[in-house]
Amino acid sequence: MLPLELHNLRFSAGGHPIIRGISARLEAGPRSIILGPNGAGKSVLMRLCHGLLVPSGGEVIWHGAKGGDPRRRQAMVFQRPVMLRRSALANVIYGLKLAGKSPRECELRAQDVLEVVGLAQQASRPARVLSGGEQQRLALARAWALGPDVLFLDEPTANLDPAATQEIESLINMIHAAGTKIVMTTHNLGQARRLGDEVLFIDRGLLKEQTPIERFFSKPASSEAETFIRGELP
Amino acid sequence: MSGLGEAFAAAWALIAGVEPGLVSIVLLSLQVSLSAVLIASAIALPLGAAIAVGRFPGRQLLIVLLNALMGLPPVVVGLLVYLLLSRAGPLGSLGILFTPSAMVVAQTVLVVPIIAALSRQVIEDAWREYDEQLRSLGASRPSAALTLIWDTRFSLVTIVLAGFGRAAAEVGAVMIVGGNIDGVTRVMTTAIALETSKGDLPLALGLGLVLLALVLLLNALAALIRELATRRYG
Amino acid sequence: MNRFRRLLLSLVLVLSVTGVQAQQNFITVASTTSTEQSGLFRHLLPVFEKKTGIQVRVVALGTGQALDMARRGDADVVFVHDPAAEEKFVAEGFGLRRREVMYNDFVLVGPKSDPAKVLGSRDIVDACKKIAAAGAPFASRGDKSGTHAAELRLWKTAGVDPQGGKGSWYRETGSGMGPTLNTASAMNAYAFTDRGTWLSFRNRGDLVIVVEGDQRLFNQYGVMLVNPAKHPHVKREQGQAFVDWVVSPEGQATIASYKIGADQLFFPNAKR
Repeated sequence: MLPLELHNLRFSAGGHPIIRGISARLEAGPRSIILGPNGAGKSVLMRLCHGLLVPSGGEVIWHGAKGGDPRRRQAMVFQRPVMLRRSALANVIYGLKLAGKSPRECELRAQDVLEVVGLAQQASRPARVLSGGEQQRLALARAWALGPDVLFLDEPTANLDPAATQEIESLINMIHAAGTKIVMTTHNLGQARRLGDEVLFIDRGLLKEQTPIERFFSKPASSEAETFIRGELP
Repeated sequence: MSGLGEAFAAAWALIAGVEPGLVSIVLLSLQVSLSAVLIASAIALPLGAAIAVGRFPGRQLLIVLLNALMGLPPVVVGLLVYLLLSRAGPLGSLGILFTPSAMVVAQTVLVVPIIAALSRQVIEDAWREYDEQLRSLGASRPSAALTLIWDTRFSLVTIVLAGFGRAAAEVGAVMIVGGNIDGVTRVMTTAIALETSKGDLPLALGLGLVLLALVLLLNALAALIRELATRRYG
Repeated sequence: MNRFRRLLLSLVLVLSVTGVQAQQNFITVASTTSTEQSGLFRHLLPVFEKKTGIQVRVVALGTGQALDMARRGDADVVFVHDPAAEEKFVAEGFGLRRREVMYNDFVLVGPKSDPAKVLGSRDIVDACKKIAAAGAPFASRGDKSGTHAAELRLWKTAGVDPQGGKGSWYRETGSGMGPTLNTASAMNAYAFTDRGTWLSFRNRGDLVIVVEGDQRLFNQYGVMLVNPAKHPHVKREQGQAFVDWVVSPEGQATIASYKIGADQLFFPNAKR
């Protein structure tokens, strides 16, 4: 269903403009990292793309979605995963059931993805008693189980320790390798370098540049990005 | 103070003696109030959840109304239900006035606003946490409401118990629609009212202590279940 | 989820099993607190139920409320004690032939200290005058019951308007006989009560009977079937069976045999 095209996208809340006219095109393939200072509008932009927020102006166009519902072919992982008060397995099944899968399909697929993210042993444990890292892996499993064309990740490792972060990163790479487009925000520039193919740099609600990762870090096009990189890197 | 001493003695004699009359009164109390609370929960929990996740005109007004109805005097409810169920009333042909069924109806009316208003609050708080995650997974509002009821179940148990407490403790409504008929509609509270009016204050207070002990026992049980469940499910 | 459902199911099961068996052969009698609380029905009804298999469900209210309840069609039989109101009830077509059943008497109770100096008198009207004159506290039902109606008639005969004493000595409780006696006991007030309720009343405090035996304290009970022409669902046969039995020699003897200690509470006087 890609490419995704944003056309003069705007969003304001309570009279405050947060996204002030962003146009961009996200192609299938490259892992897109959305960077920008706090309050730049990264999370809001992602929610607009995912359809959780309704734009105040402009359009989100899924070009490849012929007939089908684009919402059904994307998934999102949040900074703080919301675990339902049920077992890890049931959490994954919950999403699959909503996607209209048969009970048998749900069960098999859920067990598969738990195996992949390394939570097979924890399948029957209540999701809320898992560790933070395990919960985020479960959130990834729940999202990925839906077989999305696009996976949005909103600072998925912000609350995790380095070991758990590394597990999540390798899972993201694996999901990407299996053919899913990755769109992700992060504060961690090292992570952006490790995981990203291209950068969308946002500042105060505007897209300053969309650049391949290497060029972004060595030779950013915008002065705001240059300041940002200098400020963020030690 | 000697009155209190006598009351404890009377309560003890009632419990230790296991009078068959008392047992049937206690059973009827439990039957009526538990039935009322079950029916009320079946109505009020979905109602509370619907208001919590729904966005419709008049919603705020409905919330204010429900909160106000929590303080509905039982006598007023009793009178309304009496007028409804009386032979001269619109539902008179049912012929259930002065039966336990009428008492269940009255207590249900009394308890629905309590469970609905309190569960609305709890579920709305949970909805704030779950909103984006559930919508991201593609849950419709009705299915989100059901998910939230299930996920807040431990808090809801406390609310349902509060409803039970109100039902089991009220006398105004069941007195009017039940008629306090010996062996048919006499429950703990109407028996207490009767003994009070006969001037047998120790016996009345003794019955009151038995009622208190029952409600206490039920609450302790629920607290225990909640504690164990929370420890298990997080 | 499954465990929850199982819990719910078993709860419903328990509830239905403990449910009161639906008894179809019963009548509803609207009666007064004085007959219920004196314990007469506990003595009387089992005899009737055993004989006929008809369960009698008594809803005890004030006479006024009991008659209103019957007017709405919520009772099959009325068993009350306010002849004037009963005759009006029959005249309006709500009740069939009224039968006199029994009488007991009213008594005036009051504190031993007797501030109105009426203790031992046999003249109830004189006692009323003295209480009003002394401004001694008096607790009235104030609930349109038969007892309340009888009390108001006595004030009228005595030429006293108790409404004038409202806020000072005349206190309306707006409740049944028992609660009114509880109030009187707590306030050391005089009160007008039927003897049956008084005899079975436990929380007397300093109260004693101060006036009794006056002819004007006579308290007649009547019983009648609610008119099936007004309310077709009235259980005519069973209701009439109850009325007939209460005024029959057997019913009358059962009433006479009800005693608290050595005191007979009700005196059968049905006309053959």
